[in-house]
Amino acid sequence: MSEAIEFLPPRPAVLSRRSAIIADLADLLPAECVIHEARELVPFETDAFISYRRLPLAVVLPKTTAQAAAVMKYCHRYGIPVVPRGAGTSLSGGAIPQEDAIVLGLSKMSRILEVDYANRTATVQAGVTNLSISEAVGVDGFFYAPDPSSQLACTIGGNIGMNSGGAHCLKYGVTTNNLLGVKMVLVDGTVVDFGGKHLDSAGYDLLGLVCGSEGQLGIVTEATVRLIAKPEGARPVLFGFETSEEAGACVTDIIASGIIPVAIEFMDKPAIEICEAFAHAGYPLDVGALLIVEVEGSEAEMDATLAGIVEIARRHGVKTVRESQSATEAALIWKGRKSAFGATGRIADYICMDGTVPLGKLSYVLKKTSEITDSFGLRVANVFHAGDGNMHPLILFNANDPEDAARAEAAGNEILKLCVDAGGCLTGEHGVGIEKRDLMRHQYSDADLAQQMAVRSAFDEGWILNPSKVFPLDGRPAA
Amino acid sequence: MTLIPHTETDAAYVIRNAAAQGTRLALCGGNSRSGFGNPVEGTEAMSSRGLSGIVDYEPAEMVLTAKAGTPVAEIEAALGANRQMMAFEPMDHRGIMGTSGEPTIGGVFAANVSGPRRFVAGAARDSLLGIRFVNGQGQVIRAGGRVMKNVTGLDLVKLLAGSHGTLGFLTEVTFRVLPVPQSIETIVISGLDDATATRAMASALALPVEVSGAAHLPQTVKGRFAGGALPEGAATALRLEGLAASVSVRAEKLAAVMTAFGPVSRFDMDESLALWREIRDVHPYADGTQKPLWRVSVAPSLGHQLVAALRLEAGVDAFYDWQGGLIWMRMEADPEAELLRRYIKALGGGHATLVRASEQVRAVTTAFEPQSDAVAALSARVKQKLDPAGIFSPGKMAGAL
Ligand SMILES: Cc1cc2nc3c(=O)[nH]c(=O)nc-3n(C[C@H](O)[C@H](O)[C@H](O)COP(=O)(O)OP(=O)(O)OC[C@H]3O[C@@H](n4cnc5c(N)ncnc54)[C@H](O)[C@@H]3O)c2cc1C
Ligand SMILES: Cc1cc2nc3c(=O)[nH]c(=O)nc-3n(C[C@H](O)[C@H](O)[C@H](O)COP(=O)(O)OP(=O)(O)OC[C@H]3O[C@@H](n4cnc5c(N)ncnc54)[C@H](O)[C@@H]3O)c2cc1C
Repeated sequence: MSEAIEFLPPRPAVLSRRSAIIADLADLLPAECVIHEARELVPFETDAFISYRRLPLAVVLPKTTAQAAAVMKYCHRYGIPVVPRGAGTSLSGGAIPQEDAIVLGLSKMSRILEVDYANRTATVQAGVTNLSISEAVGVDGFFYAPDPSSQLACTIGGNIGMNSGGAHCLKYGVTTNNLLGVKMVLVDGTVVDFGGKHLDSAGYDLLGLVCGSEGQLGIVTEATVRLIAKPEGARPVLFGFETSEEAGACVTDIIASGIIPVAIEFMDKPAIEICEAFAHAGYPLDVGALLIVEVEGSEAEMDATLAGIVEIARRHGVKTVRESQSATEAALIWKGRKSAFGATGRIADYICMDGTVPLGKLSYVLKKTSEITDSFGLRVANVFHAGDGNMHPLILFNANDPEDAARAEAAGNEILKLCVDAGGCLTGEHGVGIEKRDLMRHQYSDADLAQQMAVRSAFDEGWILNPSKVFPLDGRPAA
Repeated sequence: MTLIPHTETDAAYVIRNAAAQGTRLALCGGNSRSGFGNPVEGTEAMSSRGLSGIVDYEPAEMVLTAKAGTPVAEIEAALGANRQMMAFEPMDHRGIMGTSGEPTIGGVFAANVSGPRRFVAGAARDSLLGIRFVNGQGQVIRAGGRVMKNVTGLDLVKLLAGSHGTLGFLTEVTFRVLPVPQSIETIVISGLDDATATRAMASALALPVEVSGAAHLPQTVKGRFAGGALPEGAATALRLEGLAASVSVRAEKLAAVMTAFGPVSRFDMDESLALWREIRDVHPYADGTQKPLWRVSVAPSLGHQLVAALRLEAGVDAFYDWQGGLIWMRMEADPEAELLRRYIKALGGGHATLVRASEQVRAVTTAFEPQSDAVAALSARVKQKLDPAGIFSPGKMAGAL
């Protein structure tokens, strides 16, 4: 496997104290909360960015905020790196540990603490899975809006770490727009609350800063999120086009018309074939690109919205329009889309890009993307959140062939630079992690990065929290 | 004298010099400010007024970039011509403040202003996609971008939103806009007391009808809205927006449920536009006085308890902008800061900001809600990283900020 991305060298002072550290952690936490046997550490050596692996020094799984705070206080005192971890589904290597690091996992903190319908909030522990919130409140007619495809597994803490999005974020916003408060353990073990059931902050928007900070500012142990009343109905509709360009132009025009569906998802031909073979969702196979457009509301509202969208699609030469006729069919359509990554993983190894581009540039970037992968002799499948310009080219390769893997990584980097140059950004929802860390200078000036790093230092002067991530390893402030 | 740089480079130069000389700068936009935040001694005003104009507006992409000093009116005109709007409904505070300056778009984001659509559409911070600003060392910094989804690095955009000119001098803002709703209707339920209104609003917001505004206007303020045309008794208002066909269907449904609480009347698009603008702009307290005015945010279901508790001990008048997450409170005489903040704590937390008061009262009242020691210390460290010399209105936002 290629190892182009570096990690910080392990701190010798930490490595040499390994057994003492494990003994100390065992004093701080119940026995079942500390893991240090090499064999048991293996499940924590990587996340969903599996090209890179590092065994951590130990793993701790606190059951309470106080225990998490005790661990942080200890690690802070001895300068031991800490890598927060939810479910480890990060696609950018955000949760990959390093040899001198303690993984602080939230899996034992997975309770829903309070559901408050009068204020439309849920307060949960950070290790709760994304889907379980919606499941808990669904019977009462509510849901939690951000819905990453990984929602069955990923945790709300990880969602906050990555400011995760999902198909339905076009209308409801991403994690940061649905997060009202957090309880967080600071690097020195101090516990603070940002936000709550009220709105906005009296002082600086530290809640906004924490969301998307990739575990670098503290350990989130609880979160208060916004619940939304479920719409009366929802209807996904499939629109098949001859070419990706037509589909891309149609997305741009739908948004421009002032119609905002709940979701506009895009699949190109390779993605359609992969997903259909896996999920049998009834996707048309005779088209070059597919849009899944979901509208919601009352029957009257859905009809009116759809009529507008169909008219725009016709202007772009839509070949097939297929409305889901039942709840089962609708569920199948979404199942196909949400299993896209898993289904792709069954036919090849892949890396998933996550750049966002301005809507007007969709068609151009799609065309350029296939030119880039062609030039590297690689295949690509595109399946993404088109309504907000968040592209996910899946670059297929063979992980057993180091040269192929290196080519995939290089092609990925070219695609991300393309997104930035088109006026977009490196990552819309998967985070920088280690994957995009060394591309940060392509998007930001040295002064921009220095300012971000300075703010990071205000939270963690010694840079022990998830230290190998997000910021290029050279040019960091001296500790 | 006010410093008015006409380029970003000039602004950076002025700030670099100020930092070198330890000159404190009070950053402002159109300088419609008439005192917000704690008073800060010995500052020189620096305005973004010279940095004006829309830089880029792609209606098809629903994104607008403007220099920070661009008048809000100019932005609204450009958006209006394309049937688009700022979804967060920035209030016009000139009424309550009795000032007459020209509000700027930079000021809107620096104050994270938002209105009755807050819970559904977010505050200004949720629409803000990217910024350029000059930090306290005179460096030009770019953060965010012009796309809706972006987790590339730390979100300095949100940090600067609502920092009230204490972290950096905004020079350019890029934000998301939304289409103007085709149709608007308001359902008003009459005669509810504060507690019943709270229950009514909670049940309305639990229905799948997408209420985009909810406000309770008690008897004492009701007459000041809609030119006195609201029906007899306190008014609880619920707003519906969207496609015309859909709004009327939802309005039927909502009205049917709400009649269980009290008599229901319906208001059309034009009436709704006027009413919600008055709610947004806190019209009843645009009263030409200097009576202390608070902007309070607590868990919405507890707002009426807070007001009821205060009433027993102080002269207070209030109304509720529920979907904005706000209670507007006007004190008869004393600002009662301590009492108010003690009750907010007892009810589980939130914040109260003194928006208006006489010079004498402002001099002795902390304008922003004091933070816990740990959060205050952290915030001070954050400020130090953006403004190491402490030149941007130190102390304006409480404590060291
Ligand atoms: C098949 C698949 C589909 C996916 N689809 C989507 C999608 O549609 N949209 C999307 O946005 N993402 C998607 N992802 C990416 C991933 O699921 C998200 O980033 C998710 O939010 C990660 O959650 P997690 O619990 O697995 O966190 P982890 O991967 O464990 O951690 C993610 C980051 O957050 C930090 N972190 C975790 N918990 C905490 C905490 N409690 N406090 C502080 N920091 C913490 C970690 O240090 C790390 O930097 C997908 C991933 C996979 C494998
Ligand atoms: C409840 C409420 C009360 C308000 N009361 C006041 C008030 O009393 N006075 C007031 O000034 N604003 C107030 N605001 C904010 C005001 O409504 C908007 O900011 C408005 O647009 C003012 O625009 P302006 O150009 O006149 O900004 P100004 O009034 O000049 O400044 C408003 C705020 O933004 C900061 N600011 C302005 N421009 C910049 C910039 N380029 N870079 C960094 N910071 C900047 C200022 O330091 C100040 O804190 C209030 C907002 C709310 C929600």
